[in-house]
Amino acid sequence: MSEICDTRPPLPLGLARRGYTGTIQHLAAGGTTSSLPDVELESRLIELGFVEGARVEILHEGIVGRDPIAVRVDNITVAVRRREAMAVIVA
Amino acid sequence: MESPLLHLALVGTPNSGKTSLFNALTGSRQKVANYPGVTVERKEGAFVTPQGRQISLVDLPGTYSLRGRSPDEEITRDFVLGRATGEVLPDLVLCVADSTNLRLTIRLLLELKSAGRPLALVLNMFDIAKRRGVTVDVAALSQALGVPVVTSIAVRKGGTDDLLQLTDRLLSEAAAATGDRANTWRPLTVPELRATQREADRIIAQTVSLPERPDTWTARIDSVALHPVGGLVILLAILFIMFQGVFAWAQPLMQLLSAAFDALGQLVHDQLPEGLLQSFLQNGVISGVGSVIVFLPQIIIIFLFILLLEDFGYMARAAFLMDRIMGGAGLHGRAFIPLLSSFACAIPGIMATRVIDNRRDRLTTILIAPLMTCSARIPVYTLIISAFIPPTKVWGLINLQGLVMFGLYAAGIISALLVSFLVKFFLMRDYQPAPFMLELPDYKMPRLRSIAIGVYTRAKMFLQRAGTTIFAMMVLIWFLASFPQPPEAATEPAINYSLAAMIGQAIAPLLHPVGFNWQIAVALVPGMAAREVAVAALGTVYAIEGGKEAAEQIGQVLATKWSLATALALLAWYIFAPQCASTLAVIRRETGSWRWMAVTFVYMFALAYAAAFATYHIAVAMGAG
Repeated sequence: MSEICDTRPPLPLGLARRGYTGTIQHLAAGGTTSSLPDVELESRLIELGFVEGARVEILHEGIVGRDPIAVRVDNITVAVRRREAMAVIVA
Repeated sequence: MESPLLHLALVGTPNSGKTSLFNALTGSRQKVANYPGVTVERKEGAFVTPQGRQISLVDLPGTYSLRGRSPDEEITRDFVLGRATGEVLPDLVLCVADSTNLRLTIRLLLELKSAGRPLALVLNMFDIAKRRGVTVDVAALSQALGVPVVTSIAVRKGGTDDLLQLTDRLLSEAAAATGDRANTWRPLTVPELRATQREADRIIAQTVSLPERPDTWTARIDSVALHPVGGLVILLAILFIMFQGVFAWAQPLMQLLSAAFDALGQLVHDQLPEGLLQSFLQNGVISGVGSVIVFLPQIIIIFLFILLLEDFGYMARAAFLMDRIMGGAGLHGRAFIPLLSSFACAIPGIMATRVIDNRRDRLTTILIAPLMTCSARIPVYTLIISAFIPPTKVWGLINLQGLVMFGLYAAGIISALLVSFLVKFFLMRDYQPAPFMLELPDYKMPRLRSIAIGVYTRAKMFLQRAGTTIFAMMVLIWFLASFPQPPEAATEPAINYSLAAMIGQAIAPLLHPVGFNWQIAVALVPGMAAREVAVAALGTVYAIEGGKEAAEQIGQVLATKWSLATALALLAWYIFAPQCASTLAVIRRETGSWRWMAVTFVYMFALAYAAAFATYHIAVAMGAG
């Protein structure tokens, strides 16, 4: 199982679909269209538990454009928009 | 011995059960106000410790860090650091954690340590954590963190005993200690933030064992409640019940209150001699305050629903479901419930905006809440529609009267969305909308005691308002409608000699372009007290006896005196109806500024004028003049 995860190419969480499970590789706030400055976005994500190595799973999607998404981050559930989730690189 | 008042502060992440702990410690001994100059709620309560210390406890806004990214979080930071104006440095800071979910709070606690205040960690909801199989080595956790740790069950009797004892111990130690520890806090950089989170995770791994499986109930409920289609259906069903409650269940109580105030007024009328004092007490004081207090049942029911849903954990889900749908108009997902409540009355709606934690999003919602068609407009709509719109069928099945009513509701909603869009575009251009990022807490059984205290606090706040700002407005309006007194040989109704009539006459030329005659202008002045009062005022101006029961009669008179264009223009005016004094007073109180009250009044007046003007002239051009 873990070998399969390790060989998957990394992708932004913002592109993943419902049911996706993976591990956070790193945060890359630079490439998003979020209205927040990069540092602020990264800080907020960390404060909500999005740190390297955390297990994530997409539990639910909204009705309009599958947005926002409800993500299980280790043992809590967080709602984010896909725009901000683009900063979380998972594999 | 008179013991000095000691100051405690509750800090914690949102959903940490901070409020239920606050309610458990202070009971109904709470004061809710705003921090000076900002739209942030300040909750303070009092209690006495087992050793007899007098404590003032402040429930600070929920936060994940001390960075202060919003006005609410700045309050929390400034309070803890002793920078807040008019506040004292807390003698003890209690950091509250949801025991089932320690990660984010432990990180916050590590940051709080640098503030140098005496600090303790409260593991709240310890019973739920135990039931779910979470075990915490409290002694080891305390050792690793370097702060005292205590468990509590806020909602159970005796569940805060350990916390109270610890409070006594820490306060006596703090009093014995000489000199404050240094405040070394500064904003954390991203690497530092990451490092504290890793440190927190390391401590948790050593001292807390988590169950294998997450809460299955929450997962099960969410699989339905957050389903893209099913979730919206459930949300609509909940809203339907809530609406039903606000309109149908509150109705008998409201009628009872209204009748009671009428009876009280009549009693005063009968007991006192004819004259100014009698009129002041009956029409100014009793009916003025009464017209506001009748909304109390609606306010209680709305807050009962809101607090139940919030406590259960559903509010965050409702925001999740509505986020993109509301977001199109620049509104936050959380604005949904307050706007919906505004269909009953803008006053509870505006008060309910307190669930929106971002100040700018809250302001936008407050500004557009009065555009939702409130129940007080219904008597005016009904009167004019039944007098001027024939009950013919459109396309053989839709009643034209019903269609006009629906159109008026739709026009209110559409203009609200438009105004929200314009506000974001012009007034808050520099403002970056708050991204939607929030925790979806596990569902919890709502605790009735905590909810009862919450509803009680809101009801008290509303009544205090009715007793101060709103009451003052009512007296002013009564004064305008009563002075000067009519001469001895007056043939016209008394109001026609009053200041209200003079104002009406004075503004009549201003309202002439939108097709209003001076009688309408005069009726709009007492209509400030409450929108539906305009109906009774029109009756008075046209010298029709019988008050509210005579509504049908008023309609017949109006049908002969007004053109259809004038009637339609008045309907268009009432979509915006800028003249509700109670709404303006609540906006003033909730935003803490006269400026936003003025902004609301001016923009609604401008829209009302423009809409009535356009309606009148289009109607005249089509031959309805």
